[in-house]
Amino acid sequence: MTIARTLDDACAALAEHPDALLLAGGTDLMVGVNRGQVRFDHVVVLDRVDELRGWRRDGDELVLGAGLTYAEMGRGELPTLVPALAQAARTVGSPQIRNAGTLGGNIATSSPAGDTLPVLAALDATIVLRTSNGTRRLALDRFVTGVKQNALEPGELIEAVRVPVLDGPQEFLKVGTRNAMVISVASLALVVDGAGRNVRVGLGSVAPVPVRAVEAEAHIGGCIDWDAASVPDIAAVDRFAELVVEAAHPIDDHRGSAAYRNHAVGVLARRALLRAFPGSAP
Amino acid sequence: MTDVRIDDTRTGERAPRIGDSAPRPDGIPKVDGSFTFSSDLWHDRMIWGGTLRSPHPSARIRSIDIGPAIAVTGVHAVLTAADVPGNPNFGLEHVDQPVLASDVVRYEGEPVAIVAADHPEAVRLALEAIVVDYEVTPPLVDPALAESSDPIHPDGNLIRRIHLRHGDQDVVGDVIVEGTYEVGMQDQAFLGPESGLAVPAEDGGVELYIATQWLHADRDQVAACLGLAPELVRLTLSGVGGAFGAREDLSLHAHLCLLALRTRRPVKMVYSREESFHGHVHRHPARMWYRHHADRAGNLVRVEARLLLDGGAYASSSGAVIANATCFAGGPYRIPSADIDGVVVRTNNPPCGAMRGFGAVQTCIGHEAQMDRLAAALGMDPVELRLRNVLAPGDRLLTGQVITGTAPVAEVLRTCTDHPSAATLPDDTMSLPGGAGRTADPEHVHRGEAVALGFKNLMFSEGFDDFSSAICRLEAGVATITCACAEVGQGFVTLAQQITREVLGVDEVVLAPAATATVGSAGSTSASRQTWMSGGAVQAACEEVRVRLIARVADENGIDPDELVMVDGRVVSLAGDFEADLASVTAEAVEAEVEFRHAPTSPLDENGQGDAHVSFAFSAHRAIVDVDRDLGLVKVVELTTSQDVGRLLNPLQAIGQIEGGAAQGVGLAVMEEVQVLDGRIRNASFTDYLVPTALDMPPVEIAALIEQPEPGAPFGAKGIGEPPSISSTAAVVAAIRAATDLDLTHVPVRPTDIALAGA
Ligand SMILES: Cc1cc2nc3c(=O)[nH]c(=O)nc-3n(C[C@H](O)[C@H](O)[C@H](O)COP(=O)(O)OP(=O)(O)OC[C@H]3O[C@@H](n4cnc5c(N)ncnc54)[C@H](O)[C@@H]3O)c2cc1C
Repeated sequence: MTIARTLDDACAALAEHPDALLLAGGTDLMVGVNRGQVRFDHVVVLDRVDELRGWRRDGDELVLGAGLTYAEMGRGELPTLVPALAQAARTVGSPQIRNAGTLGGNIATSSPAGDTLPVLAALDATIVLRTSNGTRRLALDRFVTGVKQNALEPGELIEAVRVPVLDGPQEFLKVGTRNAMVISVASLALVVDGAGRNVRVGLGSVAPVPVRAVEAEAHIGGCIDWDAASVPDIAAVDRFAELVVEAAHPIDDHRGSAAYRNHAVGVLARRALLRAFPGSAP
Repeated sequence: MTDVRIDDTRTGERAPRIGDSAPRPDGIPKVDGSFTFSSDLWHDRMIWGGTLRSPHPSARIRSIDIGPAIAVTGVHAVLTAADVPGNPNFGLEHVDQPVLASDVVRYEGEPVAIVAADHPEAVRLALEAIVVDYEVTPPLVDPALAESSDPIHPDGNLIRRIHLRHGDQDVVGDVIVEGTYEVGMQDQAFLGPESGLAVPAEDGGVELYIATQWLHADRDQVAACLGLAPELVRLTLSGVGGAFGAREDLSLHAHLCLLALRTRRPVKMVYSREESFHGHVHRHPARMWYRHHADRAGNLVRVEARLLLDGGAYASSSGAVIANATCFAGGPYRIPSADIDGVVVRTNNPPCGAMRGFGAVQTCIGHEAQMDRLAAALGMDPVELRLRNVLAPGDRLLTGQVITGTAPVAEVLRTCTDHPSAATLPDDTMSLPGGAGRTADPEHVHRGEAVALGFKNLMFSEGFDDFSSAICRLEAGVATITCACAEVGQGFVTLAQQITREVLGVDEVVLAPAATATVGSAGSTSASRQTWMSGGAVQAACEEVRVRLIARVADENGIDPDELVMVDGRVVSLAGDFEADLASVTAEAVEAEVEFRHAPTSPLDENGQGDAHVSFAFSAHRAIVDVDRDLGLVKVVELTTSQDVGRLLNPLQAIGQIEGGAAQGVGLAVMEEVQVLDGRIRNASFTDYLVPTALDMPPVEIAALIEQPEPGAPFGAKGIGEPPSISSTAAVVAAIRAATDLDLTHVPVRPTDIALAGA
């Protein structure tokens, strides 16, 4: 086991043990370990690496450390800079999980139900990956490749995530069968880029990977009265919801049926849009 | 939440007696983590046990090769059915469940082999190394097909049918409503998984430390399987992390003892959470058809019902569960005519058995939905319809039995519905349906309100010889109570002390460990029976000690025993001319052992008629819910309840039971369901078997606790554990119906049932 103190420590340990397990908050990893599903020879512990903690502003972007916890996403300035991320973080688990669980862990787990993923998808986030030889950047949709599968190479770790600071409203909505501490049955993140005059939508738990509702975005972009912050034609809202549903490809499982998930993302799309553009006719 | 004032000045002066709010001694330790649960047991020489379970709901076992498992380093024993020296089967009512499967497996998760090894990791490797050759057979998973299918067990697929016929069978009502309802499989979801420690004894016997609900019944079953005399199997109660019916059947008991006796080493076993879902019985899923008849004024005329309960692979307590479901199928109403066909069958689904409410939960969901339908058909207020029909003392149940005890049904309903609601409109997103998920805005929310009434029997029924034993020993002014009553959270620990203080006027009461070796059976901690039964045994034992002590003091001092009383640590004469300190007059101990029985009951006859039950407890719940119809998400806003308690012995504990039971009821109403597909559990974890969180559980407003002392019960107290989980579910579901205008016949109500109702 390596308890890394610096990013270089961690990368060096990984270079030596490319198949080592990375341990951040442990809220996903330890569940697997306790069930005997995860076997390992070496562990690199990341939670004491200061360079992975916290976040900083870099021009129009935020650099979010892989070790940023859910609790931290909801504190200080972040809820105003990336409201949807803070909202998503608040839906995760319980206070204990939010204190331990990290952004990097959520991304690396690459679960279809990972709650930060639809937000990062909507924000066009870039994942910063590092090895002892340097860094590379991947767009989220290139990083997450399937159910719990991603482009992380042996010897590589997630260092940070870069997201833009946008000027419009943001919404994250998550459906679960319980009012808190529940795995998402369907979720939706909607972010508005006022300067770029577009609306971007990410969906969770309705496909193997987080998806963008590209056609819905294209459709609604042209239907917004940007000065009045409204969608004057309510039929355009309905069409938007329909197109969001078309972007979803859910399955039936014990948490919900495909039919329900499709229905739910349509409802969420409508509600999120009307929250973002409150001037719209009901 | 209802506030309870613990009167410190009073408890400071003298330890709590009957009617005082006595705090549980294990309360704070359970919160701060210092309580020792059965999973914390430790022995320096102990090794670890584990269970190999069937991955198939139905299969023949062609062969089992344990060779590779024995070869694993650190393994001490690998045992199969062939190693069970005594009775190969066990069972609570019917001995039909193999200790270890030999030729067939009948449910997913059925134990096939057990292992003991130095370390849990070695246990895991050994379990993986056992080679079982299964010939998979198609499972019987539809209970409706059970009776017509080939038997999956030598005892057949019908576990029990009770065809109850009461009154004139030809009457027909002016107004008739019909409905079909389905209740899913609920899990007890206790927090402390099955665990225990077995220690081999010098005399060839075994000591078993275990969390259970009935030590002596476990002992007898384990001893039979081990082929040992019952005295050689000695059970001691360990820290119980919740029970709710799930610890009535054996789980790892016999396995631990087999491994300990074989290895001559102490063996510990702890189920994982997933294993626990396969390792205990669940609440029976039910399919219920009802037809209610009433006259135009709203008087119930007749109730017909067909109840089908899925018992799963083994009988467990299914026979008693279907008896309750059938006897109480109509609810706490005067019903002159009934035809109730109650059936529980065997399938290859997970075994079902006891859970809080025991058959009355399922039928309450049915009869209360029917009462609401009837009210709608009659154009009557649902509360008025109920009040018109509620049972009262002297009325007959569907079994023909006359209620001779108290039955404040109208009082319970009236106080509950009259209680002002404190519910306000939600003001923040968190308190809307969907909660933390931020899915709803206030305009998406529809509010509904409804009431439900429920009841069930207290104690064992149908002629069962139901008793509890207790020993009271008074020495040097300190009373020691020995009773095998399993404390599973229901509150015997404080009650035994309160009762003893009340009877003997002592302050210091020691409760000896609950064990089979020191005292006779206390019966099961179930059926809301221990306050009455073991409370009654303690009371009787203390009374006997009092009588004996007074006789002795009277004799020694030449006083008429009728002149002597025990008060506050002294024996005094009524005339005031004699006074002795209790400690000094009990320097030589006084001891008494009693067996306490409730009034006898009789079996049900072929028409389901008979005086089969002892006593009944009633409760009402009013639920207020907010529903987001588009997404089908529910927020239970408020629950108000009134309950018939006979007499309140410990208000603090009563409130705990009432809130906890309601939480389980809310869970069943909106989320708790063990999902079984093709005989397999799909959600055997707390990730996917959801129980209410603090955001899901509303405040419980207690409108009234009706105190009408029950004849025959110690201090007039009725058991209070089960009613809270009976009418709560029905009330919440009815409130969701009110908010949505949907029939909602499946419980728990799933988001899709609401959101896609039209689709
Ligand atoms: C009770 C409970 C409730 C939960 N609720 C939710 C929920 O509501 N929503 C949700 O999305 N998730 C939930 N989770 C899952 C989990 O909390 C999150 O996915 C969390 O973000 C994982 O982060 P972690 O730091 O704990 O990761 P860890 O468990 O430490 O690691 C998870 C995976 O990520 C890898 N990893 C960690 N850090 C890095 C890094 N810097 N670079 C590369 N790989 C890395 C690890 O090797 C491992 O494979 C819940 C978990 C529990 C136990």
